[in-house]
Amino acid sequence: MDFSIGIKGQDYVILAEDMNAAHSIILNQQDHTKMLDLNDHLLLARTGELGDGVQCAEYLQKNIQLYQLRNGYEMRSNAAANYIRKYLADSIRSQEPMNVNILLAAYDTISKEPQLYYIDYMGSMATVPFAAHGHGALFSLGIIDRYYSRSMSRDEALSVLKKCIVELKKRFIVNYTSFNVQVVDSQGIHQLDRIVA
Amino acid sequence: MSISEYNGSAIVAMAGKDCVALATDTRFGISFKTVSTDFDRVYKMGPRIYMGMAGLVTDMYTVSARLRFRLNLYELRENRPVAPRVFFSMITNLLYERRFGSYFSAPVVAALDPVNGKPLIAAYDCIGDLEVVNDFFADGTSTEQLLGICETLWKPNMDSEELYEVISQCLLNAQDSDALAGWGAQVYIIEKDKVTKKTLKARLD
Repeated sequence: MDFSIGIKGQDYVILAEDMNAAHSIILNQQDHTKMLDLNDHLLLARTGELGDGVQCAEYLQKNIQLYQLRNGYEMRSNAAANYIRKYLADSIRSQEPMNVNILLAAYDTISKEPQLYYIDYMGSMATVPFAAHGHGALFSLGIIDRYYSRSMSRDEALSVLKKCIVELKKRFIVNYTSFNVQVVDSQGIHQLDRIVA
Repeated sequence: MSISEYNGSAIVAMAGKDCVALATDTRFGISFKTVSTDFDRVYKMGPRIYMGMAGLVTDMYTVSARLRFRLNLYELRENRPVAPRVFFSMITNLLYERRFGSYFSAPVVAALDPVNGKPLIAAYDCIGDLEVVNDFFADGTSTEQLLGICETLWKPNMDSEELYEVISQCLLNAQDSDALAGWGAQVYIIEKDKVTKKTLKARLD
């Protein structure tokens, strides 16, 4: 029942995610952060099994940091995305697959391009201008299709995001009280104001 | 919906006179939800060897990466580009290694024989059964639709212009009857002296 959404612009990528931590019918926490910085220009938003998500995200974060320590430079966005993809692809055919869907927002400091990667729990990957995971995606993708353009400003992207949240509030059975929003750009990863539905 | 139809794909390869063409759709979906509309399924494995992969996308990445690894080692050891028939056997070997626990993705390879310039199309199932065909081959979720129209429109010894028209019409019309494939097409026309890539606009639904 998680929901994550990413929108890529000319020089930024915005990621937003719901803040519910639930198990079956019990809502344990309503301000739980499920996004993690993998390095200065890589932001990972995870949906799916909560425990798997934490293990997976922290493992990936530590290994991406280790790459940086060993080599002296950050892992590039494409390399990190493929590394994460392979980790999940190996996991799906193992004894205990990770049930984690990932949106990876990245800013490649060498090519000066933002990137948004949609990575499935099976290891399917796509580079996309916008994406969403979860049931909320079915409500949101049509809205973003209508209003998206590559040249949109951050404020315009945030207003599209708010439109999606309004729609979820109205028509989706799960109640998301607030959304965690972060943006990745050439300066790094920044926290934006939470959107309260 | 079976696992090899989960992501949706349409791939067709067609042989002409001293030329061969490979065309794929550009939709990547998760069941009924479309995730990407400009998804690349074709991999260049040699100067005149192009491989398109149908089926589950995660296995498409895994198989093509593992194949690229083996191909790179071969080319480093042999110090020359791989010959098409050797590459075809490489694919068979890689897929059959997973005979009981297979990848859910199968390649379609379009190549030109470097010696005589004749077209070669290699068709596989997901466990590596290789068939080299001399007319056309289709794979993905639109296989039946593609086979019908290819059988009607294909004729032997087409030149590259006509081959491009025929393969484009075959793919565009077949994928219109398939909900899981479409949103665009990429066509590669492989000839002795050049390879041309064209991106076609298709019905966006």
